[in-house]
Amino acid sequence: MTSMKTRAFAETQVGEHLPELVIPVTVTLINGGAIATRDYFPGHHDVAAARELGSPHIFMNILTTTALAQRFVEQWSGPLAVFRDIQLKLGAPNYPGDTMTFTGEVVERDEASRTLVVALKGKNSMGNHATGKVTVVLPA
Amino acid sequence: MVGREYGRVYAWDRVNAPMIRHWCEIMGIDNPLYTNPEFARQQGYADVVAPPGMLQVWGMGGLDQENFPEGSSTENNFEVLKVIEPHGYPAVVAVNSDLYFDRQIVAGERLYFTSRLDSVSEEKTTPLGTGFFVTVLMTYFSQQDAGDEEVGRQLFRVFKFKPAQRPQEKPAAKPAEAKAMKRPLPGVSDDTRFFWEGCEAGKLLIQRCTDCQTLRHPPAPVCIKCHSFDWDSIEASGKGQLYSFVVMHYPEVPPFDYPNPIGLIELDEGVRLIAGLVGADPATLEIGQRVQVEFHRFDDQQNLPQFRVVAA
Repeated sequence: MTSMKTRAFAETQVGEHLPELVIPVTVTLINGGAIATRDYFPGHHDVAAARELGSPHIFMNILTTTALAQRFVEQWSGPLAVFRDIQLKLGAPNYPGDTMTFTGEVVERDEASRTLVVALKGKNSMGNHATGKVTVVLPA
Repeated sequence: MVGREYGRVYAWDRVNAPMIRHWCEIMGIDNPLYTNPEFARQQGYADVVAPPGMLQVWGMGGLDQENFPEGSSTENNFEVLKVIEPHGYPAVVAVNSDLYFDRQIVAGERLYFTSRLDSVSEEKTTPLGTGFFVTVLMTYFSQQDAGDEEVGRQLFRVFKFKPAQRPQEKPAAKPAEAKAMKRPLPGVSDDTRFFWEGCEAGKLLIQRCTDCQTLRHPPAPVCIKCHSFDWDSIEASGKGQLYSFVVMHYPEVPPFDYPNPIGLIELDEGVRLIAGLVGADPATLEIGQRVQVEFHRFDDQQNLPQFRVVAA
């Protein structure tokens, strides 16, 4: 749950680790995430179509991964952090039955603009599903 | 085709609270800025704010991925995929999405985007298959009376490919599940079996020439000093020092944790071996540090010697 308190820029430091976020990857999350992001690509909801593409099961769409990366950072930063970017590279697919764990740390910090860069990874049993970075601006 | 610009594609719906709420619900996001108009107004916004991760969502076609509202460009910004596909590359998967936000977007705004085909890679082979990386850049705008305003940008990259393999359909009763990666097992030969059996018994064994008593590691059939074929082994103290080390950062190969420090250990008995370092902050490792062996069991199938830095 997102803390209602937004983290102040002064409270943060480079090297600080964000609390882990463990996401059970379910058929419901993959399906629901795809439809909530208006993505009807069959590989995200139709197991037979996914197999035709060479996948063992339906797989999470990148728009859901983007949302979960936002959630991971926001749960730490609080509700009023302003996102400047979310940059993600996908690796191992997220299939139902797996678990994805987000870890991340503050890698850059700019005093003048109160901007932080968080480097993050979402790892499942096969490796990194997503790696990337997120830039947020925090209140003073 | 690379460099081609594609015209406006309008969002089906204005940025709106119901779509935001549905998205927040499935994603597990409970920030009141997105769902509570009163909270949003207290923060100075006219209505609820759109989550930044939804930027691309507003411009999605929906059930028919190429069906957009009247006035939208009829050209498909990913038309190059249809050029590639007939050459035997049926599958597509998204590999990069970089979203950049110029400002917060508030419920009620009407968005559109334009695109440019940025690049098509050479043919590449990945674990998924062989194909091409296609990168499209999108710019998102909000329609405003005083002139439309850029609100964000996106780099979207897909891999258009020929799948490496097509799994056989499995019975419905036995759903396919992702298999967790295990550590690779060592190749065991008649020369090395004693070492791995020693590990299973929690002993670090070093090969010894029974003619000249010279110790050797890694195991080999012949004495490096007197060329005798006769050997036995002794149990090492497990104490030594860090002779050298590396810290693996990239690529991250499962199931190992990264950064992954690996030591070249000089045992007090005089031979060196390579092993993982445990409990170490890679930043504090130094050549010459004292280390002590520990055995750890992995995947319920192998015991591996690993070393921990200890006080001198």
